[in-house]
Amino acid sequence: MVRPYALTRGRTLPSGEASFGLIDVVVATSARVPEHFRPGPEHRRILSLCRRPTPIVDLTSEIDLPLGVVRVLLGDLTSEGLVRVLSTQKQPANDQRLLRMVLDGLESL
Amino acid sequence: MDLNHSNGTPSTAKILISGGFGVGKTTLVGAISEIRPLRTEEPMSDRSVGIDDTRGVSAKTTTTVAMDFGRISFASQLVLYLFGTPGQERFWFMWDDLAIGAIGAVVLADTRRVADCFASIDYFESNGIPFIIAVNCFDAAPRFEPDDIRIALSLGPGVPIVLCDARERDSVKQVLVSLVRYVMSDSRRTNQMSIG
Repeated sequence: MVRPYALTRGRTLPSGEASFGLIDVVVATSARVPEHFRPGPEHRRILSLCRRPTPIVDLTSEIDLPLGVVRVLLGDLTSEGLVRVLSTQKQPANDQRLLRMVLDGLESL
Repeated sequence: MDLNHSNGTPSTAKILISGGFGVGKTTLVGAISEIRPLRTEEPMSDRSVGIDDTRGVSAKTTTTVAMDFGRISFASQLVLYLFGTPGQERFWFMWDDLAIGAIGAVVLADTRRVADCFASIDYFESNGIPFIIAVNCFDAAPRFEPDDIRIALSLGPGVPIVLCDARERDSVKQVLVSLVRYVMSDSRRTNQMSIG
């Protein structure tokens, strides 16, 4: 049993500017790990799971760590250029194209 | 940021499923989607102070919520997520996280306990999140006309009220379709208003 925020050395908020919405999609870049950065095992697990573009909620569910912890670790990885946030949805209720996709999808069920 | 479909990046969307305790939120989500677990262990926010009073318990700085969410993958690289809003007031801090970027919300109502969905309605109204009311037709529950329910919930004339059976996939599908159609027409109207 490890206290969850021990993995983040007590940090509860991500570093850097990126925000990590539940359904934002993240992907690992092919950048090399900088000399000064020592990724922990959880950082490596996230990098491995994000080889393909992955929604943060799926990543969190898969890795079985609390969402807040995953956000801090993602903050480290984006700050080091190792992960990129690909998409964010802020105003989906005004996004007719997305709404049409969802409607078509639901009606095809 | 536009979504790029050519490189395997999924488009994502989410809908909130809200309503009082025991109204059938989990049943509804399970009827139509794959259920996945999500752990959140959030630092105590200012808002939870006073609800979870930590005086004298200085070691407790996080609060744990184990929750489920629903996931529907469509052929078009679209993934739709259904998030049930946690019912207890001490989990209010989760609501903003769930609500940001949501298409809209389904407020599930039980005619035997309509007051249970007031908190959800208040939240969505005050945050400008479009919602519809889905009345879960429990076998023993009294049947009301949608207009009676509208009055009981003090809803404006525009908010759709649909009847459903949260156990039935087709019924749940119709609820979600109703919500998306409502949001589409509502956002056109809003856009027109902001242009004109």
